[in-house]
Amino acid sequence: MIYEGKKKIWKDYQKEIPDDHYFYVRSCIRQTLFPASEKTFLDITRNKLHKDFFETEHHTTCGGIAYHSDVIPQETVMTIIARQFALMKKYGYENYVCSCITSFGLYTETLETWHEFPQLQEKTAENLWKSCKLEFTKPKYLAHSSDIIYKFRNLIAEQAKYKLINQYTGEPLKVVEHIGCHYSKMFPSKGFGGAEYPYVLAGMIEAWGGEVVDYPERRHCCGFGFRQYLVKANRGYSISNTHKKFESMEPFKPDMIITNCPGCPYFLDRWQYAIAEMEGKTYGENGHGIPVFTYEEVAGLVMGYNPWDLGLQNHQIGTEILLDKIGIPYDPNMKYKGLNNKDLGIPEFPSCIK
Amino acid sequence: MAIKNIVVIGGGPAGLEASAQLHYMGYNVFLIEKNDKLGGHLGKWDRLFPQGIQSEELLNPLIKNTAGVKTFVNTEVVNINKLEKQYNIILSNGITILARAVLFATGFDLFPASKKEEYGYGIYDKVITNADLEIFFRTKSDSRIVNPLKIGFVHCVGSRDEKTGNRQCSKVCCATAVKQACEIKEVFPNAEVICFYMDLRMFGRKYEDLYLTAQKKYGVRFIRGRVSEVGENINHQLIVKAEDTLSSKPLKVTLDLLVLMCGMNNSSEGIKTASLIGLKADEDGFFETLNPMQGSIFSHKKGVFYAGAATGPKTLPETINEGRAAAICINNYIKEEINE
Repeated sequence: MIYEGKKKIWKDYQKEIPDDHYFYVRSCIRQTLFPASEKTFLDITRNKLHKDFFETEHHTTCGGIAYHSDVIPQETVMTIIARQFALMKKYGYENYVCSCITSFGLYTETLETWHEFPQLQEKTAENLWKSCKLEFTKPKYLAHSSDIIYKFRNLIAEQAKYKLINQYTGEPLKVVEHIGCHYSKMFPSKGFGGAEYPYVLAGMIEAWGGEVVDYPERRHCCGFGFRQYLVKANRGYSISNTHKKFESMEPFKPDMIITNCPGCPYFLDRWQYAIAEMEGKTYGENGHGIPVFTYEEVAGLVMGYNPWDLGLQNHQIGTEILLDKIGIPYDPNMKYKGLNNKDLGIPEFPSCIK
Repeated sequence: MAIKNIVVIGGGPAGLEASAQLHYMGYNVFLIEKNDKLGGHLGKWDRLFPQGIQSEELLNPLIKNTAGVKTFVNTEVVNINKLEKQYNIILSNGITILARAVLFATGFDLFPASKKEEYGYGIYDKVITNADLEIFFRTKSDSRIVNPLKIGFVHCVGSRDEKTGNRQCSKVCCATAVKQACEIKEVFPNAEVICFYMDLRMFGRKYEDLYLTAQKKYGVRFIRGRVSEVGENINHQLIVKAEDTLSSKPLKVTLDLLVLMCGMNNSSEGIKTASLIGLKADEDGFFETLNPMQGSIFSHKKGVFYAGAATGPKTLPETINEGRAAAICINNYIKEEINE
């Protein structure tokens, strides 16, 4: 691999991200599966980087899951999105940041659609007024929340307590970066690094001391793929995709996986258990799986957050093996304790994977 | 006397042939070449399809025939002004020429392979272009080519590709790929060679024979389908994904070398020079001619002519014939002007 060649491409795909004052919208899936990631994102940006991130409880889903499952038409999705933009306008913001990759793809698609077909924007404005009596303006900047962490990755590195370095060997950790398909595959110019060699997560890994693994199925879907999983009969496709990725990355012996999409960390994490159950195969060291993280979790880890406050106890694949490699302290007895030491209950552990 | 002066821009096969013919007709020909050597892309190629003759066998006589032509290498046209019946051409070496006619034989640029990011040129070491392979054939030296056992050729890289903005067929890549597939089998007889093609456009005389030779003599495999992406495994071999459209199946192969058959774009330097006198490129990027059927040599400007790949992808015989045709058209134009 010629690193300089990648750098050249990364240079071609840069985008402007404003320095401050953002309107933040959460992700339906992430609030359910990785609620601590969004909490960590807001804590890092507001309290460590001292940026203005505004959010309102009045925002809704973007409608992406329903749209990509063919449950609702594009007209409806555009009206939902216009309502989100109307809230942004109402609170005096013009920089829109979403936590979800599906949403980011959908916002990008909608803005491009309105750009190409202004009559659809007019029709959406009419629909929004009829349904909600609201008016909207398009955001001046649209960013995914991983873009924000990418932008401030070096500031995070400056405040970091740990590096993505194996404390036993002194070598950089080998990190697989998995980018959500809707981040830049549809509109390469809208993502840092483009579609083929995205840099948004690779940049974080490099800034925090790790080494990016470039493996053949790097571009492949995590396995979610909406109808691959949402339609129960199709779930064989879903796990086949995930299996293909793990088989491809296995020879590189990755220490961890970092993702920026709601579905990817879930499927890459949970399907490892299913593959172990079905095939008796694990991809980490000594019967372990490969720990999978959101980028906020990794940012939180290097900045010294308590792993259990980051929600790592919700992962299928145990993360302790990685915490030990980095040298991050943790209290095993607190793993399943919630707020105010509330006992969350210890889950049943599978015997096929650690 | 200015009436005898003709400027030919571009010292590739079209420019060389036109210059030689015009000189033979008695004109003062000024041949302007931006590089330090004459020959254009031909000068970098090893052997030529379909017979496999050495490029020097063609190029050396072309250059030899321009003896007597005033040739400037390492020289660019910095300005062109239209006067009443002449063109005032200022060169980067400080010389100014008053010419009755100007011939744009500015040729083509090879499609930049790195634009097809998914193929990994400039990212993965074992991905090379057709031009790189010709240099290897000439020099037998390229650190990327070390006893490859499995070699792939990708046709139509930057040709017939809406995504890259190049809808046109580059015309010569199919025959070049088949030729190179045979040649690489000669160098590495144990290698397995696969060509990924969209359509095989073996339209010229003896081209079909070359295609049959590739299959029968060299055992080259032809797979009808485009490559979708290229990656690299832990052993630095290439993992190539493609579609076999004849068996309607996706396929994944591990290769030691992948050769991208880059197509043709109009020369960016040629476009820059042509813009000095308001010559326009067509939708496909090549220069717009006065008439696509009978006037492909003529531009929309009186006294300005085209020859070669500046007006679209062409084979070498076509290019050389067009250089000759341009000489005749320029001669006719000047004679008509005199008689007016």
